[in-house]
Amino acid sequence: MREYEKTGILSLKDLQIPTKKQLEKGVAILECVQEIPCNPCVDSCPVHAISMKDINAPPLNDFDRCIGCTKCVGVCPGLAIFVVKIKDDKAWVTLPYEFVPEPKKGTVVKALDRTGNVRGNALVTKVIKQGKTHVVTIELESGLAMDIRNIRVEV
Amino acid sequence: MRVNGIPNVRTCIAPLKEGITVEMQEKLAELPDAIFSGEPTKTLNIDVLIVGAGPAGLCAAIESATQGASALLVDENQCVGGQLVKQTHKFFGSKQERAGTRGIHIAKELEQELQNLQHQGKIQLMTDATVIGYYESEKKHRFGVVKRCEYQSTLYDVRCDAVVLACGAMENMLLFPGNDLPGVYGAGAVQTLMNVYGVKPGDRVLMVGAGNVGLIVSYQLLQAGIAVDRVVEAAPTIGGYNVHAAKLRRCGVPILTSHSIKEVYGDGKVEGAVVVRLDEHWKPIKGSEENVACDTICLAVGLTPSTRLLSQIGATLEFIPEAGGYVAVHDASMQTSVKGVYVAGDASGIEEASTAMIEGKIAGLAAAIQLGRSKNKKLLAEYRNELSQLRAGPFGEKPRIAKEKIAKHAEVHHA
Repeated sequence: MREYEKTGILSLKDLQIPTKKQLEKGVAILECVQEIPCNPCVDSCPVHAISMKDINAPPLNDFDRCIGCTKCVGVCPGLAIFVVKIKDDKAWVTLPYEFVPEPKKGTVVKALDRTGNVRGNALVTKVIKQGKTHVVTIELESGLAMDIRNIRVEV
Repeated sequence: MRVNGIPNVRTCIAPLKEGITVEMQEKLAELPDAIFSGEPTKTLNIDVLIVGAGPAGLCAAIESATQGASALLVDENQCVGGQLVKQTHKFFGSKQERAGTRGIHIAKELEQELQNLQHQGKIQLMTDATVIGYYESEKKHRFGVVKRCEYQSTLYDVRCDAVVLACGAMENMLLFPGNDLPGVYGAGAVQTLMNVYGVKPGDRVLMVGAGNVGLIVSYQLLQAGIAVDRVVEAAPTIGGYNVHAAKLRRCGVPILTSHSIKEVYGDGKVEGAVVVRLDEHWKPIKGSEENVACDTICLAVGLTPSTRLLSQIGATLEFIPEAGGYVAVHDASMQTSVKGVYVAGDASGIEEASTAMIEGKIAGLAAAIQLGRSKNKKLLAEYRNELSQLRAGPFGEKPRIAKEKIAKHAEVHHA
């Protein structure tokens, strides 16, 4: 039994992790590790970086090919794709967000990790809408980039 | 419950109108004689009757009609879509199954296809109507259908060559002290309240069950601004997809496996619950009780296929635990042991909406082929292939086993 089957929380060792150089340009981290019948991320990728053996296989990202365009983030039905870019001491995480109030560019939000713990503040640098999913980019300190996977908009 | 003198009414889906009388009903009720008087029974002759306008029934009706069979689609609700109308999350699957589209939008797309076929005179739609029973007939299948309209009801005598029963399923209840207190809901009821009617079921919820339904509804509760205290799951692992569990966890909602609900307490309504940890034999561990302050209990502990009409028709039923209970034995074309009687969706074994839609297409197409309206056996094979692909992964194991068992029974009965 894997730990996440009990807790619901993935750890970094469950994931495909990019190199420092790949993170510098920004790449999509696919937090989708189980065999579930789903493939919209593959269709959404404009550079064919995301691939799948068959519809049930977990998706794999070719980080060298991935351009970090964030198109897959708003497409994934499981809200399980995050684009991470790390440069020096700063990082940008692009994540899907489906709550109100919608985050506004230029505002500061709480940055939450995979267990929902608040780990610091983040600045919203970009918000685009893909259907009813907000694709939100936040800026934060680089040390948190691989941990922060959610935000909370304080009212 | 009795509504305007009519007994056995499902008040949860009865439309609220000025001057309506809703009463508690004591045990079995008598049908008032006067209810169908004044208006003669109307007879309808059609090729295929489809019962239930959820994902399976909608697809079956659209497929039958597209293939040239005249179809009548009946649903007891006010609108079509079944469970889709409250599924605000994006669907999984591939492009063919409309992956990435929200259930509510799939309902709209299917409704549009239905309306196009209605305009062409290929489908008749009857909402707010109930199929009340199956009747003797020499050549055709014959059903009584009650169509409600304001305070008048009309009885239809529907005669058809084939019928697709896509009646869906009922939510399972759990036994524990206090389970009859107001505030104890099925997950489907909570979803209807908040996503269809826009009514908050409560302020703080304890979710029981970490299958996909429990996880998805928990997330939708958060989206509606309702707190979810925790999710308890009796099994040692989370049953639903990790991506759904991860969404909840990063919002700070704990998911406790090997935990169950012991009792619910409150004065006239839910005021809290006691949860307990289970050992490896699923027995409660003494001293592990924990109090949870909440005003709503949401039960997401599985579904049971609706087979009452199938049973009345005389279709062979078998108890298949992996299918959720008694289901009609059916072949790969979704035909039951009774010629011309098809089944699709949750009524044929509990699964999910993507596979229900394909099963509906298979049943609708197979019925049209049986009636000589279509010869497209190649398309039938394509649909079957799509279905087996969706069931190929580990999460498709349970329905796969269920369908294999059903197929074995079908062979035995056939021989």
